[in-house]
Amino acid sequence: MEQLNAWFTELLSGNAIFTANTLGYYLDGLGSTVRLVFLSLIIGLVLAVPLAIARGSRRKWIKWPVFLYTYVFRGTPLLIQLYLIYYGVVFIEGIQDTFLWAILKDAFYPALIAFTLNTAAYTTEIFHGAIKATPRGEIEAARAYGMSRALMMRRIIMPSAFRRALPAYGNEVIFMLHASAIASVVTIMDLTGAARFVYARFYAPFDAFLFVAAIYLCLTFAILYLFRYLEKKLLAHLKPING
Amino acid sequence: MKKLLALTLLGVVMTTATAQARDTDEVRLAIDVPYEPFVYRTPAGELEGFEIDLGNELCKRANLNCTWVEQSWDGIIPGLLSRKYDAILSSMAITPERENQVLFSIPYYNTPSVWITRRDRDIDISDKDALEGLSVGVQRGTIRDSYVTQMYGDTLDIHRYSSSQDVANDLISGRLDLSFEDYPLAVDTFHFKDDDSEFKKIGESIKKPVSIFGKGAAMAFRKRDKELAEKFNQAIRDVYADGTYEKLMKQYFDYDLSLPVGEK
Repeated sequence: MEQLNAWFTELLSGNAIFTANTLGYYLDGLGSTVRLVFLSLIIGLVLAVPLAIARGSRRKWIKWPVFLYTYVFRGTPLLIQLYLIYYGVVFIEGIQDTFLWAILKDAFYPALIAFTLNTAAYTTEIFHGAIKATPRGEIEAARAYGMSRALMMRRIIMPSAFRRALPAYGNEVIFMLHASAIASVVTIMDLTGAARFVYARFYAPFDAFLFVAAIYLCLTFAILYLFRYLEKKLLAHLKPING
Repeated sequence: MKKLLALTLLGVVMTTATAQARDTDEVRLAIDVPYEPFVYRTPAGELEGFEIDLGNELCKRANLNCTWVEQSWDGIIPGLLSRKYDAILSSMAITPERENQVLFSIPYYNTPSVWITRRDRDIDISDKDALEGLSVGVQRGTIRDSYVTQMYGDTLDIHRYSSSQDVANDLISGRLDLSFEDYPLAVDTFHFKDDDSEFKKIGESIKKPVSIFGKGAAMAFRKRDKELAEKFNQAIRDVYADGTYEKLMKQYFDYDLSLPVGEK
């Protein structure tokens, strides 16, 4: 450990920008980015499953509100949604006196809400498409076994829809990671926030942003690898026999 | 052979063009608009303000033909280095980090910074224990950011914004307890001098330590343009010496932002 420390100090000596101090900013930034993206993806996923089923419902009063929600959140830039939720809600009369203010006061939760609603909308559409693409034969076979709609959904449609949605969902995860770069506009010190801070302090755009781009690349690589692994496991039955 | 000669000639022309830093009286000055009352646009679209008047006066004395270029603050030094303009005259404070990148003239003014809070709040800025856990909003990467980070990094919760208007919004909303802002910018954004303002200034105005607030605002040049910088240095000394500076200053300010002549 001591050796590592000495090596590290030597590596950084004579370097005006990447001091232990600024690296600390990047490390904190990495923490906030991962926390923000991970939480919004998990909550978004949990929301998206029932919403995707509702989106495919035959009843108009269930189907249309969900469609309206996904349409609005996919049809407007995430940055605008973030501005509205962070700066906009402040001007609702009396919001400071409600329990909501405890959540909205901090910059983290408005960003989490915006990111969650946005990714939930996209994920809903991805799952909805996957559910719609279920082969007719599977459904007919399930009916022939006398399965109820709920049982059919649970045993036949959802498992195969999840598998089909996997590659598209992997893309959504990566998009979400990259979209999180806008969190710094509402004062969150995420990775991009740290880079902007270093840039503004040292006027060294290349150093500050190339470094942060490399960190994003590593994160993206980890996500890619995870989804490749999942696809290999879950979609094994689709592979050519001698492939 | 002809081709070779032409190429050589072209090469010579290009080397002389780049080797000579400047050889015209045309100077493009970059400024970040608006920053009242230093620079702003009239309804007719004209640039006006203290720095515009001062800049034009300096150019006149240095016998240079100046044009103004608008440039947002984020990219103002990179723009100078990439030759989009020849000098910056935009309230740029001299700091060691900036001195690594650009050549500064002698400073021509320095403004204090002030603590701002909501009118209905009572905060004693000199009592560090009472500040524990309060939040402060600053503009990202400014010297005010450096000041609160260095002096209050362990005490205050620091939020960094892209614009001072966002800071004002979050002071009103209650997300922030304090802001630390440049005096003229605070007058403009928070209107803390007006009776019906929602904000007030607390504590003394702050100019020290010099290690953070720098020696004052100066013009910035590319490092090789020493001659141009010297022309402007002389012009700055001149406007101080004959009282033109003070006349211009009184036209725009009700406080003193002049610096002793010629000291760097």
